[in-house]
Amino acid sequence: METFEPRIIAFLCNWCTYTGADLAGTSRLQYPPNIRVIRLMCTGALDPVYVAKALLEGADGVLIGGCHPGDCHYQSGNYKARRRIAILNQILEQMGLEKDRIWLRWISASEGQYFADTVTEMVAAIKEMGPNPAKELWAA
Amino acid sequence: MAVTARLEIQNSVPETVANFLRQLMAQGIVDALLVPQRLPTGDNVVQTLVSRPEKLNGVDPFAPVMPVASSKLAGNVTKLGAAGRVGLVMRSCEWRGFVELVKLQQASTEGAITVGLDCLGTYEMTDYARLIAAGIDPTAEALVAAAEGRVAPHDGYQFRAVCQMCEYPAPGVKGGTQPDIAIGVIGVNDGSLLVKARDDLAETLGLTPAEAPASRATALEKLVAGRIAERDRRFAEFRAQVDGLGGLLDYFSTCIRCHNCMITCPICYCPECIFRTPTFDHTSEQYFNWADRKGAIRMPTDTLIFHITRMNHMSTSCVGCGMCTSACPNDIPVATAFRAVAQKTQAIYDYVAGRSLEEDVPLATFREDELTALGERE
Repeated sequence: METFEPRIIAFLCNWCTYTGADLAGTSRLQYPPNIRVIRLMCTGALDPVYVAKALLEGADGVLIGGCHPGDCHYQSGNYKARRRIAILNQILEQMGLEKDRIWLRWISASEGQYFADTVTEMVAAIKEMGPNPAKELWAA
Repeated sequence: MAVTARLEIQNSVPETVANFLRQLMAQGIVDALLVPQRLPTGDNVVQTLVSRPEKLNGVDPFAPVMPVASSKLAGNVTKLGAAGRVGLVMRSCEWRGFVELVKLQQASTEGAITVGLDCLGTYEMTDYARLIAAGIDPTAEALVAAAEGRVAPHDGYQFRAVCQMCEYPAPGVKGGTQPDIAIGVIGVNDGSLLVKARDDLAETLGLTPAEAPASRATALEKLVAGRIAERDRRFAEFRAQVDGLGGLLDYFSTCIRCHNCMITCPICYCPECIFRTPTFDHTSEQYFNWADRKGAIRMPTDTLIFHITRMNHMSTSCVGCGMCTSACPNDIPVATAFRAVAQKTQAIYDYVAGRSLEEDVPLATFREDELTALGERE
């Protein structure tokens, strides 16, 4: 059987995690190539519709990377994002959907190593979970 | 503070309420009233904006039917500043929807006198019309039962599902913001209406303070306990049925994404709603890509995304009016799903939609010291 290689959509904040990912690259840190990065100006700009859309389209995981609490470039975007993700998690849980496919992590611009570690951990965890069942469901 | 008083019923309850409303106009408390009135055809009761007292000739605010939730209509006449003082006559869920809209800046209490009413349950509009056609007066029947402390549908009929599980038969949530005037009938069995009014209004209206009858508290308590049991039963049923993607697809299988549920929702007001924009009109190439990837895709696309997105955007403000279920052309119990989800999303922030004007809507605020585990490495 073909080994399962998860596809993870990563929504990364321009001011922290995106730059942290860049640092991981320039520092030549190794991490699995399973993520597809979408750069945002702030996690506070991420509407949950895009997270849900990614999952229903068959993404195996969604990583949301933002600034540590208190560090938001726009003061409070990450706090608002945190509220929205808590709501999204609760909704998915109510309907028996796999909220563990969504990871929210605070990763600063200087934490290249933490970024690489997070992706490594997430890919391992998603491999454990297996493919997203929505991938095969044409009705979803 | 509020004053509780009794208003003796003269002729009939609707007539007594109409007289009371005429008094509000006559004493210059309001210039106009948003109030449910019976249509000349008799088969429906609709919201009207009345500026001349003689046109208060079909007032039927306790009618067990609700074609639209008036919260949005109340927003229409108050949002950008009411053109005059307006009395807003609302049943419990409409009042709670109004509270949410005020906080969402889509309605205003400026220049408004809010009049909350006990709700005696509502039928689907078509059922109401059938009752009328059968020569039954649903309002009179409901009022007789209410005085005895009962809220029950006519034999062989049912109230809308949300009404069967509504915990708020009386307007205003305990410990929260109350309407300026509240009119109660449930458990009031001495030939009067129970009126609770803001101090200054009570004085202007010359209301004499009186005690609420003990039968009222008992009746409401019993009613609410029954409703909560019914609510929990329906929520449990929903959660058992929708346990995973398969169950969710089954639940919404007949959805054609007509957006009726969104259009009738008193909370869904966004003029720039993502579902009203071309965001989900894709290029042919995009549709082909999706079809290629999964082998097939359901058309129209994005039905499930539509519901999940609405839950994310408005469940924290859902007041459970059930307009979504009534508007569904395919009888999907939309409101049961939304209420079940809303119960949990509101609980995260200890929020009750429609409770208080003092509490920010959850999506408009945050606290630094909450949800601290979220976003941290496990």
